[in-house]
Amino acid sequence: MNVWTAVLVTAAGCYLLKLIGLSVPAGLLDRPAVRRFAALAPVALLAALTALQTFGHGAHGLVLDARALGLAAAGFALWRRAPFLVVVLVAVVVTALVRLVAG
Amino acid sequence: MIASQRNGPPAAANAPAPPRPLDGDPAGGHQARAVPDRAVVRDALGVGLAVGASGLAFGVAGAAAHLTVWQTCVLSLLVFTGASQFALTAALAAGAAPFAAIAGALFLGVRNSLYGLRLGPRLELPRLLRPLAAHAVIDETTAVAMVQPDRRSTRIGFAVTAVSLYLTWNLTTLAGALGAGALGDPTRLGLDAAGPAVFLALLGPRLREAGEQRSVALLGAVLALAATPLLPAGIPVLLAVVAVPVVGLLRRKRPLEES
Repeated sequence: MNVWTAVLVTAAGCYLLKLIGLSVPAGLLDRPAVRRFAALAPVALLAALTALQTFGHGAHGLVLDARALGLAAAGFALWRRAPFLVVVLVAVVVTALVRLVAG
Repeated sequence: MIASQRNGPPAAANAPAPPRPLDGDPAGGHQARAVPDRAVVRDALGVGLAVGASGLAFGVAGAAAHLTVWQTCVLSLLVFTGASQFALTAALAAGAAPFAAIAGALFLGVRNSLYGLRLGPRLELPRLLRPLAAHAVIDETTAVAMVQPDRRSTRIGFAVTAVSLYLTWNLTTLAGALGAGALGDPTRLGLDAAGPAVFLALLGPRLREAGEQRSVALLGAVLALAATPLLPAGIPVLLAVVAVPVVGLLRRKRPLEES
């Protein structure tokens, strides 16, 4: 399976997930367990993705490098309620600066 | 799409409408809270344009993950739900098996089903329009539509947010993908920190309220990190979902401490 297949399968799947909600009668899916999973699964996934992309190195390694400082700065910006793109920019700039200074 | 923006522009849409001239309109009858169309359009455009600009970050992420400009743009055109797009891209870049990459993106898309359940009765769309409208059932359109007081403004809010966000998101994706290619070494420029910062920014607003969400986030991150040396790429992210039932069980065991 190549990248294009992954792109198109994801597109089809995400579209169907959206369509299901608009199409099925409410009550069929609107159960506490489903609602809880839909609310919390993204939290778990996003936290995992944040952690792995900050500390991951290759397929199986973990490392503490300039990205961690960049992300700490981004976390501060987020806490100060900075807009989305500013948060991302802070992470990029701080990471680049740390690498520049550390040589 | 970019849920973090809920504390930005959508908050403006969220704010209970300040007293408006039409509030006292006797013709309004019981719909005393009716909002002028212009105000709905303004709020919706604010959200659509502001959040749409974040497509720039996705374009850059696609390029950094070595996707072609076409692949990156098709993701924005056809997937059109930011968190899933970023997750798929990140997983592919990390060398995850495609099925694991797809599964992560779909898990993130499940919430859109629930948005549709809530939007359906409010929009009351004709059957023929549903397949088209479905593509736009995402964080931002839901946030704008659900705070409107009546069906007319709900429909206007949904449609204007959808169209403005779709156009902006796709144009900035293209700009980001083309621009990043011209920048050179993404690591030296710190662009490898953009990915995790995006996920952190998406996560942030969900952690503002203490409680279950924070526990799930913490356990999810720990599980994924602990599993990384042991499991194939892409699987540790999926494993994080286990945090949802685990935290649920732990909390149920000590309900007294909660109250």
